Order: sequence, then structure tokens, then C-alpha cells
Amino acid sequence: MATEAAHTEVPGGQKGTFPPFDPSTFASQLVWLAIAFVLFYVLMSRLALPRIRDIIENRDKTISGNLAEAQNLKSQSDDAVAAYEKALADARNRAQAIANETRQKQAAEAEKERKALEERLNVRLADADKSIAATKASAMSNVHGIASDAAKSIVERLIGKAPDDKKVDEAVASVLKN
Amino acid sequence: MDPIHQFQVQNLIPLGKLGNASIAFTNSAAFMLAAVVLLTVFLLGATTRKAAVPSRLQSAAELTYEFVADMLCSTAGKEGMRFFPFVFTLFMFVLTLNLFGLIPYAFSVTSHIIITAALALTVFLIVLTYGLVRHGLHFFNLFVPKGVPILILPMIVAIEILSFVSRPISHSVRLFANMLAGHIALQVFAGFIILLGTTLGAIGWVGGVLPFAMIVALLALELLVAFLQAYVFAILTCIYLNDAIHPGH
Repeated sequence: MATEAAHTEVPGGQKGTFPPFDPSTFASQLVWLAIAFVLFYVLMSRLALPRIRDIIENRDKTISGNLAEAQNLKSQSDDAVAAYEKALADARNRAQAIANETRQKQAAEAEKERKALEERLNVRLADADKSIAATKASAMSNVHGIASDAAKSIVERLIGKAPDDKKVDEAVASVLKN
Repeated sequence: MDPIHQFQVQNLIPLGKLGNASIAFTNSAAFMLAAVVLLTVFLLGATTRKAAVPSRLQSAAELTYEFVADMLCSTAGKEGMRFFPFVFTLFMFVLTLNLFGLIPYAFSVTSHIIITAALALTVFLIVLTYGLVRHGLHFFNLFVPKGVPILILPMIVAIEILSFVSRPISHSVRLFANMLAGHIALQVFAGFIILLGTTLGAIGWVGGVLPFAMIVALLALELLVAFLQAYVFAILTCIYLNDAIHPGH
């Protein structure tokens, strides 16, 4: 496009002026700059910027809220774990106590039964001892009679004369005693 | 062909006169309004669902918000956040206009000194007004650095004042010159292709591959410059605002 043609399109434009330095265009440019810039400023400061700020603030709030909630839930679950572990430990202790008690009770019962049995056996042992002693005594007295009789007949056979019963008994008794 | 033609402001709809100056709806105005509409549709459209888990578009909208918020907060502190809507508007406006300029046949609004100067002066006046309202005369401590020997203090103060006053100039010329130079360079290399083709015929069109490769590389560079200059413009605004908030050197 020819320079002249372009210049003729500008009413009042000085021919041959470098366009950025052509003062005849200044007024129009300034007016439209003012209109555009102020319009843009108002649109930005009233509409766009508050909206973007709200978006960013809401996001920050949501994120920090979620973080706090996560923290809260985590501490809750930590508490639950601690409570569970405490319950577990308590139950274990109780189980141990019950086991100990039962063991002791059973041991005591066994001991008692053992003692009763022992006593019964002792009684029977004593009875047996007594009957043995009685049997022995009666046996011994029988031995005494037999021995007296034997001694009497031996003496009678030896000396031909029946010895005095009393003396024979005494003699047998003294021999048996030794 | 003419590398300057692209900067021509064209009156699309004449609207009348304001004093001596004629006001018209121009291509510049169209691109400014297009930027406003596009950005508004993008930022509002991407955030309608207000999702906690953002979509790609919403993520991009939040990214721009956090990018500018971080930039402002790290240079001007928490108190600087009261200027956040202004800095955000400024950054997004300049960035979008810079990027629009890279579309072939588009008009780049920020390659006009009057636009960048108006924006830089707005920043300058906000800094001056806020500084004076907030700190009164203490605002002028800005020009008196601490720990400077009394002998050279007058000179330092003069330099500080000069650098403060020249801020809107450097602030606006930096953006304007970068955009202007980039677009002229692109246009010149594009012109080479036509020139080669029309003068040398087939050989010229084949040879035109070289300037074309140059254009591709330059366009990538200009994409970086478009972002970088918008960023520089915004971060300088942040630094100047920081001076208004904390004038103690």
C-alpha cells in the first residue's frame, strides 16, 4: 500500500510525519486509552479479580480444612488403637489372673484330697499294725503254751516225773523273754 | 513495503471535535477495546465455574493473578497489594496489546509514545499523589539517601530528583521504543522478500528464504520482547509504588 494513500486516510494528519509522533492522533488515542483502561480497570477490580481471589481463598480454605479433618481423624484412629491395645492388655492380665487362681485352687484341692487319702491310709496302716500285733501276741501266747507242754513232756521223759506246772511256765517264760 | 505504514493511526469512524482536536474511533481504539473484551471474556469465562480443581483455562486465569500478585508483593510488600487491581490491569493491558501487535496486519497500540507516556504518567502521578498523601513531606526523604557525607549530599539529592522526574520518560520510552523497533525490523525483513522477488524473479523468490528465516527468528524474539517489556513495565510500576509506600531509602 502506498504511503500517500495511507496518509490521505487521516483527516488533518500532517503528510510525512512519523505516525507515532503525529500530534493530530493524540487526542483520539488518549480518549480511547482512557475509556478502555478505565473500563478494563473497573471490570477487573469489580468482577474478575475478586472472583479469582475467592476461588484461590476457597481452595486454600478447603485444603487446610481437609488437612485439619485428616489430622483429626488420624488422632481419633490413634486413640482407638490405644484403647484397643489397652483393652487387649487388660484382657490378657485378667486371663492370667483367672488362670493363676484356678491353678492355685486346683492345687489346694489336690493337696486336700492327698491329705485325706494319706490319713485314711494311715488309719488303715495303724489298724493293720494293731491286728498284726494282736495276731503276733496271740501267736506268742500259743507258742508259750506249746513250749510249756513240750518242756513238761521233755522233762517228764527225761526225769520220769511230771514237773511242777508253775516252775515249767516260769522257765519257759524266762527262756522266751531272752 | 513501507515499514512505517503499520504505525499509521486510521480514523475508522469520525466522532467529532473536542476543542481543536478531532476525536475518532480509530484502529488503535479498536485494538484497545478488543484487548479489554478478550481479557474480560477470558478471565470471567474461565472462572465461572469457580472449581476447586481448576480447568486449564481457569488455571491460566489463576496463574496470571498469582504472577502479578507475587510480582507486586515481592517488590512493594503487603501494603502494595492495595494497588493490585491497578498493576494487574496495567500488566494485562500492555501484555495483550504487545501480543496483538505481533499478529500480521494488526495494529500495535503500545508502539505509540502517546499511549506509553500516558500510562507511565498515570503511574508517576499515582506514586506522587499517594506518597504525598500517605507520608506528607516525609515523602521527600526519598531524595535524601541515608549515610551520605554532607559534602556531596546536595549533588546526590539533585541526581535523585532528576532520576525521579525522568522516570516517566524512561518508563514510557523503553516500552514504546522496543515495540517500535521490533515491528520496524520485522517489516524491513519482510520488505526484503518482496524486493528480492520483484527485482530478481525466481532466483529472488528462492533467495527470499533467507530473510523469511530471519523473520521467523525475529518473531520468536519479538514474542519474548512483548512479554518481557510488559513485565518490565509492570515491575517498574511496582518498584515506583514501593517508593511511594516506603519512601525511606
